[in-house]
Amino acid sequence: PHTEMADREERRFAEISRESVKFMAESTGVELGDDVAGLLAEDVCYRLREATQSSSQFMRHAKRRKLTVEDFNRALHWSNVEAICGYGAQDTLPFRSAKEGELFFIEDRDINLVELALATNIPKGCAETMVRVNVSYMDGKGNLEPQGTVPSAVQSLSDDLLKYYQQITRAILGEDPHLMKVALLDLQSNAKIAALLPYFVYVISGVKSVSHDLEQLNRLLHMVKSLVQNPYLYLGSYIRSLVSSVMYCILEPLAASINPLNDHWTLRDYAALLLSHIFWTHGDLVSGLYHQILVSLQKVLSDPVRPLCSHYGAVVGLHALGWKAVERVLFPHLPAYWANLQAVLDDYSVSNAQVKADGHKVYGAILVAVERLLKMKALSLSQQSDGGSSGQTGFAGGSICYRVSSPGLSPPPEPLSEATLGIASHLQAGGAGCPLEEWTPVPLPAMYCELYSFFGDSLAVRFSTGPGDARKEPPGPTSNPDTTRKMPQLTANLNISPRHDGSPRTDPTPPSLAATGSGRSLTRSCSSSSSVQRSRSSSRSGQRSAGLSRDVFPKARFTSSQTGPPAFSFLIGGRQMGLRCQGRRPFQTNFAPTPPLSAVPPRAYAHKLPVIGRVGKPVRRWACSHYSLHLPL
Amino acid sequence: MAAVQGGLVDADEDKDIKTEASNDSWGNNNANDGRLLSPSPGSSASAGSNKSAAGASEEQQTLLAVLQFLRKNKLTESVEILRREAGLPEDSLEPKGAESSGAGSGGASGGVDLEGGDASSLLSRVTASSTAGAQAPTKGPIQSAAWLTDKLSHHSASCPTAKLTHSAGEDQPDVNVVLSAYSQQGDPALYEVYYSGLKRFIESVLDCHRAELSQVFYPLFVHMYLELVYNNHESEAKAFFEKFSGDQECYYEDDLRVLSSLTKKEHMRGNETLLDFRTSKFVLRISRDSYQLLKRHLQERQNNQIWNIIQEHLYIDIFDGMPRSKSQIDAMSGSLAGEAKREANKAKVYYGLLKEPEIELPLDDEDEEAENEEGKPKKKKPKKDSLGSKSKKQDPNAPSQNRIPLPELKDSDKLDKIMYMKEATKRIRLGPDNLPSICFYSFLNAYQGLTAVDFTDDSSLIAGGFADSTVRVWSVTPKKLRKVKSAADLNLIDKESDDVLERIMDEKTASESKILCGHSGPVYGISFSPDRNYLLSSSEDGTVRLWSLQTFTCLVGYKGHNYPVWDTQFSPHGYYFVSGGHDRVARLWATDHYQPLRMFSGHLADVTCTRFHPNSNYVATGSSDRTIRLWDVLNGNCVRIFTGHKGPIHALAFSPNGKFLASGATDGRVLLWDIGHGLMVGELKGHTDTIYSLRFSRDGEILASGSMDNTVRLWDATKAFDDLETDDFTAATGHIHLQDNSQELLLGTYMTKSTPVIHLHFTRRNLLLAAGAYNP
Repeated sequence: PHTEMADREERRFAEISRESVKFMAESTGVELGDDVAGLLAEDVCYRLREATQSSSQFMRHAKRRKLTVEDFNRALHWSNVEAICGYGAQDTLPFRSAKEGELFFIEDRDINLVELALATNIPKGCAETMVRVNVSYMDGKGNLEPQGTVPSAVQSLSDDLLKYYQQITRAILGEDPHLMKVALLDLQSNAKIAALLPYFVYVISGVKSVSHDLEQLNRLLHMVKSLVQNPYLYLGSYIRSLVSSVMYCILEPLAASINPLNDHWTLRDYAALLLSHIFWTHGDLVSGLYHQILVSLQKVLSDPVRPLCSHYGAVVGLHALGWKAVERVLFPHLPAYWANLQAVLDDYSVSNAQVKADGHKVYGAILVAVERLLKMKALSLSQQSDGGSSGQTGFAGGSICYRVSSPGLSPPPEPLSEATLGIASHLQAGGAGCPLEEWTPVPLPAMYCELYSFFGDSLAVRFSTGPGDARKEPPGPTSNPDTTRKMPQLTANLNISPRHDGSPRTDPTPPSLAATGSGRSLTRSCSSSSSVQRSRSSSRSGQRSAGLSRDVFPKARFTSSQTGPPAFSFLIGGRQMGLRCQGRRPFQTNFAPTPPLSAVPPRAYAHKLPVIGRVGKPVRRWACSHYSLHLPL
Repeated sequence: MAAVQGGLVDADEDKDIKTEASNDSWGNNNANDGRLLSPSPGSSASAGSNKSAAGASEEQQTLLAVLQFLRKNKLTESVEILRREAGLPEDSLEPKGAESSGAGSGGASGGVDLEGGDASSLLSRVTASSTAGAQAPTKGPIQSAAWLTDKLSHHSASCPTAKLTHSAGEDQPDVNVVLSAYSQQGDPALYEVYYSGLKRFIESVLDCHRAELSQVFYPLFVHMYLELVYNNHESEAKAFFEKFSGDQECYYEDDLRVLSSLTKKEHMRGNETLLDFRTSKFVLRISRDSYQLLKRHLQERQNNQIWNIIQEHLYIDIFDGMPRSKSQIDAMSGSLAGEAKREANKAKVYYGLLKEPEIELPLDDEDEEAENEEGKPKKKKPKKDSLGSKSKKQDPNAPSQNRIPLPELKDSDKLDKIMYMKEATKRIRLGPDNLPSICFYSFLNAYQGLTAVDFTDDSSLIAGGFADSTVRVWSVTPKKLRKVKSAADLNLIDKESDDVLERIMDEKTASESKILCGHSGPVYGISFSPDRNYLLSSSEDGTVRLWSLQTFTCLVGYKGHNYPVWDTQFSPHGYYFVSGGHDRVARLWATDHYQPLRMFSGHLADVTCTRFHPNSNYVATGSSDRTIRLWDVLNGNCVRIFTGHKGPIHALAFSPNGKFLASGATDGRVLLWDIGHGLMVGELKGHTDTIYSLRFSRDGEILASGSMDNTVRLWDATKAFDDLETDDFTAATGHIHLQDNSQELLLGTYMTKSTPVIHLHFTRRNLLLAAGAYNP
């Protein structure tokens, strides 16, 4: 706990409460009286302050700005106190709170020393310390050469590193999938590539130049994943660049997405998954970015000129950032967005078919996101109000039944209290200069009602509020009949399976359906059935309907060269209810089978790599992967 | 026993004498001041009573112990008798018992309180002064032409007392005695009343006096707070702190922070800052008029509590003349223990340069070459003459050539001098219109932490000290670093050959850099010897090590500091070096003596940086007590105390002519000092973070400062010194009035790219080299 001592505010010190002292004493088997504990606590505080104050001089003389654990230990040493071992790591230790009670602790994982000692890949230290000189100012004027430019000034690569770099990049971007796997695996576990990190980051930043090539994009993303997972790499400030590359893949209307045959959706999903991975594993590094990313996602979402695939990216991005991000950004924005989406979905013209298909993707993504939001929010509420006050909120513990369809990307387990990672604090505090508008959390029932008004029974999450009490009637249908009426009742299947049998599939109606919502089923069923009717007819007959906000949404872009009936099936299962419920009505679009990969050969990009060092002979083809990827450093 | 037995009044007088005695090491105290301080103008006894008093204190302590014992055993009668016999005041026995009397008594018992306090504090002072007396370094000029060091080492060997005092100073001295001065008490509730009463008074006086009298607030505040804490009035102390800490000057913030964390009597033991505050009197300079005002007020109000503190813990340096303005006071205050006494800066300092040894220059052929190269035959001549004449004329302010014995020049040194002169002729004359080019040496991949850098004078080598205990040396020129061959191999070489110096080097070991391992803690200071044969490094492990740059091995480990050594530097003439560290002592060493020749003690906190005067006769030290001291190498006396910085000092630089000193601190300011007059002559504001490096250009026209804020700034030193030299009045009174002309003097600000500048160096041709570790 000594780290908090270095608080900057004058005359304000961290205090150790007498309870803490008591706990500590108890843990060693000593019972302390209140006054003894109080006295001890005061003295401990004083000693801590004293040690902190004297440790600051070690910092000053080391000409640093940051007080380190080592400084503190030196201060302890010179005041004849034993040093505290085990806190020398460069990275900050995660400071967590336990769910129950106000208990905070530093996460201290066990380290298997045997494993560590016997590990073969001992991290080789950093590059050698060296001195480089440059003329900074000639006659007191001008910077002749920007000093300390990365990477040229920092590293001069050894031949081995250079070879490794070339081979890895070629393997990853090359044609041999097996080789790629080996390279990625090595990138993920090699302890000696710290010096190459800037180069790899630079290569990855090349995503912008290959936005037409899904395959390459995918490989670059895999490269990101390997780097992120490499335990020996300290990504430091490079993480920003990596995140921006990933964001590019999530959000940008990639050139590859012009062709509807390209499955850029998977790429976006993967990139979003990666983003969430980065946030949950490198939270300390990127916490500053969190807010920035939220803002950019929000911007994209609220920009109607952007193509639907960008919107899709924004939604999955938000989803990847956690349910709080969804609650904070997507949910408030939903009403505004809905109108546009609806317009797209209601346009049955042939020319709109593609856009409409995209729209359904967005719709599905939103649905997945809000369902998770509802589920997590309910969960957090139920945990908050475990003590019996749950009656107030209207959700008795355990009476929440929810069902979430798996979105294909499985975000890592989300702790309900995100405060530990410092991310949610950005979210909640808003912070100075926060462009996000004032935000007040919406209570769960209201949220559920609103979402229900949009999605109707497509919403797989259900809340029943106890026996006898009919489900709270959502105000949506009456207050906002337009939106509801026009809503197709759909559930999304985000599993992007390129080959689907295409046959209509009837899901068994959930038992809750029959019992609930009989009051509103009349109106709803009309609307839903008619919408389905329309959707069917649109996909078949191509009946044009008056474009509502067509101008803002991009028109379908059909490639004229397309031949043959589409074989790719895209299924959105609709669920209907009420009197004329006919079960789920599938709605499908078929596309031609995916042609062999795009015209650009995969290796084309490999040639565009930044050449560092000497340009060697033309690269030998990689017939086999016997080549050792380990560096003889 | 005499002083005590003489009664209460005597004790009172004696106290003043003690004060003076303890101040003797600074020179003669002004007797006037002493008299002014004593409430009853009595005769000042001779300083000789010091010794007897010291002896008396022991006896008195024994007596006190006996009394305590008797009291414990409830033998009150005998206590009473014995006490009366000894003439001890009642409450000298009961550190806590006076609460009732203090509370119950009004003005009348205040006097008793006061005297009781005096008597007990006397004890502490006597012990304190006796240690101070022992600390006073050996005096008297050593005129002998013999090798100084023999004498000096003999001295330090025959003066075990000096060391003894130090070890006592490093461990806690007699803490109880020191603190017992606080046992006196008044009603804790009245402290606030007293303080705010004084505050009201000072706020109501005329403007011209207010600024001066406001100086009293801080020391008074601290002492009152400590008294409260010492007497276990924790809540009152906290309340007192809460109420009045906001009024204190912002530059005391750091000390106040330490103070605020201290709320228990137990904490006071072992708190160094507190002991410093307690053992040294806080020095204030106040004009006579202002002082009289204050005195009158306190006596009228019978505000004895405050009057006591002022008498016991403050040293008021009274001067005749105009009261100083707020800005004048602010410029000089900020150190841990107030300003320097004026007397402290009166000693004569020989700041002039030594005569350059005459070296017959084999200039002819070299000159021709140079002339051919530059094609400016005219310019050469006068320059060389000026160099020559400069070295021949003896500077009136210079110390005699052998005041400090200096090593004789070796042939290689002479060669180097010739090289130096040749380079000097090619030196660029700098000025506001002709700024130096700056080369930046970036330490890359210094993840272990770069803590110190040094260049050789000829800029051929650069060394870095690192937090991982290593020292690394790089060759900046294409010439690689080579070790001398092993002894066996050396036997094989032809010692008569012309190039024997070349032959002894082992070509196999040639490399761009060498690593020196030996320390067991971060290396905080390094310094090349002028002849480039040695390197010094000082470390957290408490040692200074001397390394050979021929064999790249450690030659000597100088032990003595026992605590982290923050800085070390070679004398410009080699052989001697100075080191300073956490033990608050700076030490002078000679490379061939494993024990220090001099110990400069007086700083109240860590010695953070050390610098040799260009004539090697003086050493300047900067400290975390926010003062700079100048020490005479000859006799170990402190000859200058400069106050004015508001943070620990981390950089010092002498001007090449030896007249001025520049200092940089964590407060981001550079202060300029006139050594001869002992005055602050300039303040350069601009840096936003700690200044770690200062360097004058070779001719002294430009001052370069490097800071943690990632900038190098160049200042017009010529202008800074010219503007102020004319002012005689300030020189006489010591009251400087600084104009705020930093912006005019600032010639340029040069950014690095996220690289703190921790070292600066002017090459012999006035190219500025800067160094720091690149931290991405």
